[in-house]
Amino acid sequence: MKKYLLAVLVDNKPGVLTHVSGLISRRAFNIESISAGYTEEEAVTRINIVVSVESENELDQVVNQLSKLIDVIKIVNLTKYDSIARELVMIKVRATRETRAEIIDVVNVFRANIVDVTPENVVIELTGQQSKIDAVIEVLSEYEIIEIARTGAIALSRGPVPVKKM
Amino acid sequence: MLMNGAQAVLESLKKEGVDVVFGYPGGAVLTLYDAVYNMNFRHILTRHEQGAVHAADGYARATGKVGVVFATSGPGATNLITGIATACTDSVPLVCFTGQVANPYIGKDSFQEADIFGITTPITKHNYLVKDANELPRIIKEAFFIARTGRPGPVVIDVAKDVFDTQIDYVYPDTVKLRGYSGKYEGDEKEIDTVVAALKAAKKPLFFVGGGINGSDTAEEMGLILDKLKTPVASTLLGLGTVAADRPGYLGFAGMHGAYGANMAIQECDLLLCVGMRFSDRVTGKVAEFAPHAKVVHFELDLAEINKNVNADLRVLGDLRWSLPIFRQKIFAADDDFAARFAPWLEHVTAIHVAHPFGYKEEGDVIKPEALIAKVSELSDENTVAVTDVGQHQMWAAQFFKTYRPRHFLTSGGQGTMGYGLPAAMGAKLGKPEQKVILFTGDGSIMMNCQEFATIADNDIDVKVIVVHNSILGMVGQWQRLFYQHHYSQSELKGKTDFVKLAEAMGVKGYRLTKKEELDSKLPQILAEKGAALIDVIVPEEEDVLPMVPGGKRLDEMVLGD
Repeated sequence: MKKYLLAVLVDNKPGVLTHVSGLISRRAFNIESISAGYTEEEAVTRINIVVSVESENELDQVVNQLSKLIDVIKIVNLTKYDSIARELVMIKVRATRETRAEIIDVVNVFRANIVDVTPENVVIELTGQQSKIDAVIEVLSEYEIIEIARTGAIALSRGPVPVKKM
Repeated sequence: MLMNGAQAVLESLKKEGVDVVFGYPGGAVLTLYDAVYNMNFRHILTRHEQGAVHAADGYARATGKVGVVFATSGPGATNLITGIATACTDSVPLVCFTGQVANPYIGKDSFQEADIFGITTPITKHNYLVKDANELPRIIKEAFFIARTGRPGPVVIDVAKDVFDTQIDYVYPDTVKLRGYSGKYEGDEKEIDTVVAALKAAKKPLFFVGGGINGSDTAEEMGLILDKLKTPVASTLLGLGTVAADRPGYLGFAGMHGAYGANMAIQECDLLLCVGMRFSDRVTGKVAEFAPHAKVVHFELDLAEINKNVNADLRVLGDLRWSLPIFRQKIFAADDDFAARFAPWLEHVTAIHVAHPFGYKEEGDVIKPEALIAKVSELSDENTVAVTDVGQHQMWAAQFFKTYRPRHFLTSGGQGTMGYGLPAAMGAKLGKPEQKVILFTGDGSIMMNCQEFATIADNDIDVKVIVVHNSILGMVGQWQRLFYQHHYSQSELKGKTDFVKLAEAMGVKGYRLTKKEELDSKLPQILAEKGAALIDVIVPEEEDVLPMVPGGKRLDEMVLGD
């Protein structure tokens, strides 16, 4: 299985997410993550999908089927371009007086941030590539991870050309 | 102009050229139906919402126009689902208006509330939930545009009840503005050049024509191409009628129960030119060994269909209305005597086809289903529209009813929807009142929407309904005989139902035929009569549809009849 990051520009209208997620489920595509948000254009929402497929053919199916949705304006496979992908994670870790210093060391090594501290836990925020996030989670799992929230990957291509002009 | 949402719907339908709506009223669409009453809009009241949506489908397939449906919220709308899915898989243009509970009640599990937008998302080309009456004209304009352009399909417009009551300043837009959809599919002419080159290199080319030719009304263009090239040609089930049954080199339909000659030609050809079809598993057999010696060419408008099931070596991406005329011009201009070069291949394939026609064995005095359909075909003219339900009779109709024109063989291909036939035949007749409409159905299928005999009777819709009555769910029974040790688990229909009385109870004449000789002595008069009729034809129970490609086998591993 190989992963690809798709940038999907859609009309910012009610029901669009239903259409996109409905299609993904109907065609039984494997989705690693999906996130959506506003863009520089008010009428346009950008959906970032990481899809996991067996072959290029299967990837073409995902792209072509999504392209057929009336409210999909444009799809670009950013994996094909030189692009920067990032994901945000927040991790709530049990932190006692004995372990807190060690956890802070880990946070510093990974250049993550601590955004909340209580006598019992810390909340760590980290932005990075998926591999880096996986690594920090692995290290922190030595302590008790209470909760994780991840956004899934988003990406932009390098250089001045936006997805809508690709 | 000031009007309420309900009037705006009907005004828009008029502007779209809609001459009839199929539907069923209910709470959420009362205002809409009040507008139907006040404007005296032509509306056919079916006896079930499923009847309405299949009728609109039959109307659309027969005419090429968009079929329009009204239904109320909740169960009214969910009763459309089977029909919407049927239309979606077979690319039939529909616009279905469903009532939704009023805005303040949405999401509160209100009376007759169901999430029709969510439910219909995977079975529509596009759908809408209208909560603001001012959006109604734009959305209706878009819906018709989307339904009829490109690859046609059903569009659902779910309208909150209060939207119908809201006054708006009505202006119907002239144009559609959709950033992600143009409805135009003109491709790259160079792709057509590669096909012409492939034809020049080919010795054994075969055309394989599908429902896309019906949908794009390009059968005539296809005919001109075949006139010039004189290659053999096979059809899909939905492609029936796009090539006249009597065209030299026409091999019939291919696939699981298709013609032996058509399947063999696919497996033997060196160039397979597939036009407006989508390589359903019913037509490919074992897909890895489909057309093993052929370069596959795919003329197709929908990019997602290319390489979906069968890899295309060459593609012509674009609307057939664009690609076929250019292709024709290029082959007419090509320096190659195609017809002469392909003649030995045509002769070879035709010989196989002629040696293995669809056949059956007569058995004493009984009516064989194949003989029945062949007889009806003989008694029908080229303008007759044949409609089928789903099952054995459907395959026999495809095998033995000769179709000469596009949009003259209507069948639920992709979904195989039992219960499609009667309402679809009704819709076809309303769309084509000058033409004869004959329905082939079974004693299983007919019961799935038999309430529509009432609609047929009350509206004087002249449809001849031929029930191929074998007292079993024939196709289920056939598979149980072949693969489940003859266990007729829940497939026998040896009940007390009297179909003649059933039809008569709703105001349709009923006849019963039981003996072979009656195909000559009675059937012609019955078919010639004016007005709807049900003809209950008793046939033997254990008749297999043959030939047959068993599931997972190659097309050339057909089981033949004896």
